[in-house]
This record gives sequence, C-alpha cells and structure tokens, in this order.
Amino acid sequence: MEEQGVIKKFLYVNRKAPYGSIYALESLEVVLIGAAFEQDISLAFIDDGVYQLKKNQQTSVSSGIGVKDFSKTYRALEGYDVEKLYVDNKSMEERGLTVDDLIVDVQLLDDAQMAQLMEQQDVVLSF
Amino acid sequence: MAIEVNGKTIETDEEGYLINLAEWNEDIAKILAAEDELSITDNHWEVIKFLRDYYDEYQIAPAVRVLTKAIGKKLGPEKGNSKYLYELFPYGPAKQACRYAGLPKPTGCV
Amino acid sequence: MLHTVNKSPFDRNSLESCLRFAHQGHSILLFEDGVYGALKGTRFETLLTEALKSYNIYVLVPDIEARGMRTDGIIEGIKPTDYAGFVDLVAQTKAVQAWL
Repeated sequence: MEEQGVIKKFLYVNRKAPYGSIYALESLEVVLIGAAFEQDISLAFIDDGVYQLKKNQQTSVSSGIGVKDFSKTYRALEGYDVEKLYVDNKSMEERGLTVDDLIVDVQLLDDAQMAQLMEQQDVVLSF
Repeated sequence: MAIEVNGKTIETDEEGYLINLAEWNEDIAKILAAEDELSITDNHWEVIKFLRDYYDEYQIAPAVRVLTKAIGKKLGPEKGNSKYLYELFPYGPAKQACRYAGLPKPTGCV
Repeated sequence: MLHTVNKSPFDRNSLESCLRFAHQGHSILLFEDGVYGALKGTRFETLLTEALKSYNIYVLVPDIEARGMRTDGIIEGIKPTDYAGFVDLVAQTKAVQAWL
C-alpha cells in the first residue's frame, strides 16, 4: 500500500448507524484489513455513527434480525493495535448518549478538537 | 462444496470453510484435518478452541499476527510464536486452524 | 483540505456536519445531490452565505444542469466548476474528506 517504512496518518470517519446500511460494517472490515499495513490509524464516530458503538446490541438469529452483531468486533481493535477511537461530543449529546452507553473506551472531542484531528491526517476515509 | 460427516452433509465454500458456523463439531474438524493428512492433537485442539472462543467474543477470525499475540498472552510465549503455530498448522495457523474450527477465513487473508 | 458533499441538505446533515468541522480556508465542493445546497431561495441559503466567509465553496455545474437547475440560480460567491476543475481541486489538496 505504501512504501516500506513510511507511516501515514489514516482517519476513518464513521457517520452512519449500523444495520440500516452496509457502511458501518464495511468501514470496520477496511480498518481490520488496513491494520496489517501498520499505519497510524484513528477512528472517528460522528452523527449516527456513534450508534455503531452502542452497548447491548441484540441481533441473534433466534430472537432478532439475524445478522452478525459486529459491535463486539470494535472490542477486538485493541488487539489489532487500533487504539485511537474518537467520538463527537455533540452527536452524543444530541442522542442522549454518554460514554457509559458505549461498548469500548473512547475519547470525546468537541468541534474544534475533531476539526484538529481531521486536519492532522494524511488520508481520510469516509463511511 | 460439501463434506460427509457421520452421514450428514455439511456445506462448505469453495475453499473448504463451513457455510453454517453452527453446524460445527469436533468430528468435522477431524475430517477436515484428515483431508490434509493431519491428525489433531491436544495442542491443535487448544488453538482451535482458542479460535472458537475468540470468534464468540469478537465475531471475527483474527489475523495471524493478532492470533499469535493473543495466544502468547493466554497460553504463554512458548506457544505464542509463529514457529510453534506453523508447526501445528503448516498451511498458515489462522487460515488452516480457522477452517478446522468452523470459522470463516480471517478478514484480510487472501 | 478539500471536503466533498454529495447529499442534499434537505435529506441529510452531511453539509451541516461538514461546515461544523471544516477549518477556515478549506475548500468545499458540492456535487451530485449536494448541489441543491448551492442554490438561492432555499432555507439553506443563509447558512451557505455565512459559510462563504470562511471557505472556498464550489459547485459542479453538470450536476446543477442535470437536475433542471440553472447556473444563474447559484448563490453569489459559490464558484461553478466543471469536471476538470473538480480534478484540479483534488490534485491541489493534501487530503480529501467525503461527507456522505
């Protein structure tokens, strides 16, 4: 993907709720595949994207919509050395969510901090 | 594709991975391994079991780098290294062991 | 940085979120259904007029025309561009952020 030894800053921006469209799952798969290239990866969750991290998703075949509950996979990211997860504070507040509602540890950012994070990136991938 | 296990037909994809994860049992693992002329030892079962637990917890099959690290954490450094895992699963510890474990091919494996 | 917005502001908040995070001096290109945000006489006109003070805003003319709209309906200050201009914008910028 990149010349050997060159580490770039990649930001994945997630703005869609899970299950209603394929964006959230696709993003996660790209993150997992991309992790093999050992780049400097950050994930941002904005707008309905914050719903991807909601705890207690129940999707089983027996009592639910019958698709994989990929919210559990966010907890595997640490093992892939993807540890920088940022969440837009305003999107959380608008939806009545707090960090206790989320399945992983994240860092809450205000508008200026999020804008700063975006500004620092070499590559921004939007989902 | 499909395999016969105890008189039951189990569907697999073109690379031999189970279509329906819920159909898995130990006999399936043994038959898949036998096709590769490999007999499953306790050390193999330990990795297969680890992979099934990992999948249950995270809903993905780990990449080999992640598997190696996680095995090391759980079972110690003498098992959490490529040499040990490749000796057990010469076709690639993540790829081959996942197939025996009834899991999909790890994301990002080609 | 170049931001692209391809969704109608009436349908989604892509444009509003873009404006919330874009830095002063960034470029924003409206294309596909995003072009509806570039037109005079909608409830987003004030938002865009205000945004023009901070950003360079462009709109892709073929998408305006495809939707039966006219280039003279574009808000004053938003720069009409064609596909070649779109390519130039991308080529000039360090990173592109798509607001889907």
